[in-house]
Amino acid sequence: MPESSNMITMTQALNLAIDEAMAEDDGVFCLGEDVSDKQGGGVFKITAGLSEKYGEHRIRATPISETAIVGAAVGAALAGQRPICEIMLMNFVGVCMDQIVNHAAKLRFMSGGQTPCPMVLRTTTGVGVGFGGQHSDMLEAWFAHVAGIHVVTPSNAADARGLMRASIDANDPVIFIENILCYGLQSEDPGPGYRVPLGKAAIAKEGTDISLITYGRTVLDALEVAGELDKEGISVEVIDLRTIAPYDEETVLASVNKTGRAITLHEAVRPFGTGAEIAANIQEKCWDSLKAPVRRIGGTFSAVPFATHLEQAWIPQKADLIAQIKASVGKA
Amino acid sequence: MAKAPKKSAKATTKASSKNSTSDDFALSALQDAHVKAGAYDASDEEKMALYEQMLLIRRFEEKAGQLYGLGLIGGFCHLYIGQEAVAIGLQSALDNDRDSVITGYRDHGHMLAYGIDPNVIMAELTGRQAGISKGKGGSMHMFSTEHKFFGGHGIVGAQVSLGGGLALAHKYKEDGGLCLAYFGDGAANQGQVYETFNMAALWNLPIVFVVENNQYAMGTAVTRSSAETEFYRRGAAFRIPGMDVDGMDVLQVRGAAEIAFKHVREGNGPVLIECNTYRYRGHSMSDPAKYRSREEVQEKRDTQDPIEGMKKMLMDGGVSEADLKTLDKAIRARVAASADFAETSPEPEPSELYTDVLVEKY
Repeated sequence: MPESSNMITMTQALNLAIDEAMAEDDGVFCLGEDVSDKQGGGVFKITAGLSEKYGEHRIRATPISETAIVGAAVGAALAGQRPICEIMLMNFVGVCMDQIVNHAAKLRFMSGGQTPCPMVLRTTTGVGVGFGGQHSDMLEAWFAHVAGIHVVTPSNAADARGLMRASIDANDPVIFIENILCYGLQSEDPGPGYRVPLGKAAIAKEGTDISLITYGRTVLDALEVAGELDKEGISVEVIDLRTIAPYDEETVLASVNKTGRAITLHEAVRPFGTGAEIAANIQEKCWDSLKAPVRRIGGTFSAVPFATHLEQAWIPQKADLIAQIKASVGKA
Repeated sequence: MAKAPKKSAKATTKASSKNSTSDDFALSALQDAHVKAGAYDASDEEKMALYEQMLLIRRFEEKAGQLYGLGLIGGFCHLYIGQEAVAIGLQSALDNDRDSVITGYRDHGHMLAYGIDPNVIMAELTGRQAGISKGKGGSMHMFSTEHKFFGGHGIVGAQVSLGGGLALAHKYKEDGGLCLAYFGDGAANQGQVYETFNMAALWNLPIVFVVENNQYAMGTAVTRSSAETEFYRRGAAFRIPGMDVDGMDVLQVRGAAEIAFKHVREGNGPVLIECNTYRYRGHSMSDPAKYRSREEVQEKRDTQDPIEGMKKMLMDGGVSEADLKTLDKAIRARVAASADFAETSPEPEPSELYTDVLVEKY
């Protein structure tokens, strides 16, 4: 629970953003499994209280039919509504990938601009809670690889509120990724109407020796490590992308041009991850500024294991992050 | 549901009594009405209009086939020849001010049924800037949101789920409209179709599902691909009434449409119509159709052709052959003009690669 009245958790932030968007625009509605208050207001309570407030036609609990859920959201968006659909856990997008990739993302282009698709697909994931191989993956790279969608993830409660409002406002499909371990994070409430523009990264901490580019839960690790390294005289600039795709290239490149070094960090597995794309782009565009190769850290290239000690070992390690930063700045 | 759920002992053991306990579902509820009502009782003018629309599709598709053969149309091109009565019979019964339509990739006929300018359809087939999707969609991906026509989709069966969303929007907005969602006998074996059947029935959505059973899923005959070839029965598990319709007779199709649309508009939830039809050409232009005999195709053309059938009816009603020839000539000229337009229109600018990708810019 919040420590004081002006603090909110990420769960509350998301709920508030959806609530105020629904209050302002009748076209905004939610659909997904168990989202209604009769079923608990969503497995992670993001829509708690909203069906009681707006009715079950606007907080629409669905059968367990991910393809039909996303299909219904895309179809309703084509007809001018602003649906927010929930895919309970991110791995389930495998079931409905067709509707996201072939339809939500492409219809506007294929219709010559006739069919914008203003919808948000909310989904949750995260390693570290023992959900195992089919309930834990960060799959943002799958979507970042497709033109026509925005991929967004917040690392704190205030951003969650602002990014959710901006995502609902957007006239494009947005994949909005929430991390289970971040739901309890608290921020000062930025208040009603707060928006964080899509495509704008945040400099979570300024620094001069190396740019650490990350997003979502690993922003917390990045800030912790940066704080520790400050004490050792290594100044790390932490960039929280907030929008993973299309990402804020301007902020990233300016930072790397300033620091001359870069490392990417994400919870998703390393091979072919978003960090690889960002690293390649930095090397193409910041070559003259670079003092060291761009490094990448990601999750272990295996299925997420169940056993706690294995799962903890799977996650990108802070010790590895520290070692790689030190190697990059020549203080290993 | 128009009918209140029956209270029974079962109701207390089920989370929802509405769909699971009432024993009043009859698969044939609407079929019986259709058989009784028979063909749509069209006026002479209506008959002529239906004939003209079907003939426009036939001539347009013949021309598209020619342009494909000449290399002016590339990629895939799925012709609607033989199936004209389905789109015309159904769409002539729509209220275009509020109803929406969605279909698969065999979509030229469904657009022409709206009276959309053949020029912009043909120009899409040739990939020109003037095409209805600016040349970026092609034969399979054409839309006219102005007409509430939402494509034109290339993933077999996926349009059915989108149709569920269009119907949900009709219900959400309470605009009185319905969605007509077409798919083929091949798409009838895709899982997402049944997810949407369930959702549409559960939520009482205003949607008419139409299986255009043209007997072949690409190269596979329905008997080789489908355990249940009576596709109108495929909604029974979701309590969706089915209609088994002669899709080669435009007045039979129209008659069925009148019954189905009324049922849906009165708030009774979805209907599944199977239109039994036949495509004369291959699945696409690149299909030599070796999975069936020439004799089979010829027999269908000779005995069941929807356009010849209506022509005979018109002539029996006193329309002269000369008048019909004049009409055909005018349609051929219209189609030829669309082909000229499609051949001479400029190709899209390279910059179109980057337009219509995302609305939001940053």
